Amino acid sequence: MAGGAAGDPGSGGGLDAAVAERLLETMWRIRAFEERLEPLKRSSMVLGLTHLSIGQEAVAAGVCTQLRDDEPVYSNHRANGHALAKGVDMGRLLAELMGRAEGCCRGLGGSMHVVDVAHGFLGATGVVGGNLPFAVGSALAGRLLGQDRPAVVFFGDGAAQTGIFAETLNLASLWQVPVVLVCENNGFAEFTPRSAHTRVERVSDLAAPFRVPAATVDGNDVAQVHAAFAHALALARAGSGPFLLECLTHRLSGHYVGDPGGYRAAVEDEAWRARDPIERLVRQAAAAGWFDAERSRAAEAAARDEVEAAVAFAASSPFPDLGLPAELTYAR
Amino acid sequence: MAETTYAATIAATLAAAMRADERVVVLGEDVALGGPYLTTKGLAEEFGTARVVNTPISEAAICGVAIGAAQSGLRPVVEIMFIDFIGLALDQLVNGAAKAHFMSGGQLDVPMVLRTQGGAGQRGAAQHSQSLESWLTHVPGLKVVVPSSAREVAALLPSAIADPNPVVVVESKTLYFRHETLPDEGVSPEPLGRARVVRRGDDVTIVATSKMVNEAIEAAAHLSEHGVEAEVIDPRTLVPLDLPTIAASVARTGRLVVAHEAVQHGGFGAEIAAEVQEACFYDLDAPIVRVGAPFTPVPLSPPLEDAYVPGAAEILDAVRRVLG
Repeated sequence: MAGGAAGDPGSGGGLDAAVAERLLETMWRIRAFEERLEPLKRSSMVLGLTHLSIGQEAVAAGVCTQLRDDEPVYSNHRANGHALAKGVDMGRLLAELMGRAEGCCRGLGGSMHVVDVAHGFLGATGVVGGNLPFAVGSALAGRLLGQDRPAVVFFGDGAAQTGIFAETLNLASLWQVPVVLVCENNGFAEFTPRSAHTRVERVSDLAAPFRVPAATVDGNDVAQVHAAFAHALALARAGSGPFLLECLTHRLSGHYVGDPGGYRAAVEDEAWRARDPIERLVRQAAAAGWFDAERSRAAEAAARDEVEAAVAFAASSPFPDLGLPAELTYAR
Repeated sequence: MAETTYAATIAATLAAAMRADERVVVLGEDVALGGPYLTTKGLAEEFGTARVVNTPISEAAICGVAIGAAQSGLRPVVEIMFIDFIGLALDQLVNGAAKAHFMSGGQLDVPMVLRTQGGAGQRGAAQHSQSLESWLTHVPGLKVVVPSSAREVAALLPSAIADPNPVVVVESKTLYFRHETLPDEGVSPEPLGRARVVRRGDDVTIVATSKMVNEAIEAAAHLSEHGVEAEVIDPRTLVPLDLPTIAASVARTGRLVVAHEAVQHGGFGAEIAAEVQEACFYDLDAPIVRVGAPFTPVPLSPPLEDAYVPGAAEILDAVRRVLG
């Protein structure tokens, strides 16, 4: 399923106009948000390590827009796109990244620890691979409590080299819990290309020994991601065991804002820019007669307006009270 | 009075919790078979293997699964067979369980219990004999319970299971099969964070944890024969620590010995000593003395291990030093 030459718009299979428009809007919201984050980070308004997913929006959009609020998602350190696509309010997300009281985690978590329980966004993690088993536990709880809902966890290709990844795959398979493991394989683990970390070509290759069904798709083709995840989700909702969906993608920015970046000389960003997921969807939509480039420009403008409103909201939010850490170290 | 053991009381308490609350599940290596110390004996037979879940040897994932399950409505009790293996699960416990409530701004709770056991004296050698509870007391967000008897298991384990926070219960393998009698009417749950004054005395305070409580009682009986009345306090939970009870005792006796089986250097006794001297420095008539294991790994060879593990004799030596 992987592949497609640069510029190949892909089939757009499985989408209709309404779904395609929603995906377009979601990807533009993520793109506009993260493009605005970069200057906010450089001016120290946004705090801490800021991991952007520009270029990877199709995965977040193709997966999260299909989930209900009661279907939990766990995410990794590159969480902005997943959070926005899952329904986290943009203003409260940005306020969180700025350490403000009205942030979704009241300013205690930041970009690597975003949580929004009301929208089933159970959390990012700053430890690569660290929350993979949480999704298995959540799915197990759903089954024992008689809830008809799977759990989803995003991870990067770097996480596939951790021990907890192997333990998690084994348990998910052994117990046949309904969990969908979505890998964003962007070819880089922090600063280092995948080829320097492993001789395993595809993350999905690691699923077969654990007898976990898997698929690899072009993660820059939102139609492919959407269709493949729809298949995995239908199985999981029907109570099947785990599924591993690998999405081949590419981040068009560094590991974090301000990283040394020199390692990226070896990366052919221009070739990947030609596979920009938003532009590809626009070409697919034109070919299918769903919408034209003007609709995309309108979605972009709406997204940038939403971002500016979020900036205004977050920047006017106060910092939390000094007593908050002691208040929230333990649940009462 | 009903005759029982520490291990049997764990199994009975877990069974009672599972009967009372369908959300309580037990996970761990061999738990459906009762485990090596029979602490989960009978649970799988009564509750089935959907709620008493045998796991592979995957300490990190077991702990992570419990965290995820706790965040989604269950009340998991996970067993790490030996505390010596806790290193494998520490990332999950420290970065996952302990911080979820905090980092989410209070949205997430992690009502899980991690049961494990430590202690030397059974020729288990350096990787099956450690007392590592002080590692866990350093992590905000975790509670740490160290039951010293079957009675304390019956009083504290239900409270640990009912707690909305991750609670680590560090049991002692040397206590598991010690016979004890409990009242026929049972033991009521008691809140975490309250010390128990095990023995009254006015001359010296001995704060002892886990199996050292028995050693302290033995030392106190010997001291009493020589006219010295020791007050023995079992903190029962290290986090939260009931400093007021300990400080009130020290304010009266003026002398404190802190005894645990863990390596003395960097052990929790150092924290108790520091907090007591801050709370009642001017009440102290002598420097606080700690009792703990030497700063070496636990040796295998019987004469060496016997010399390594602290007990009543070491507590008596310490009391003599604080009495001057």
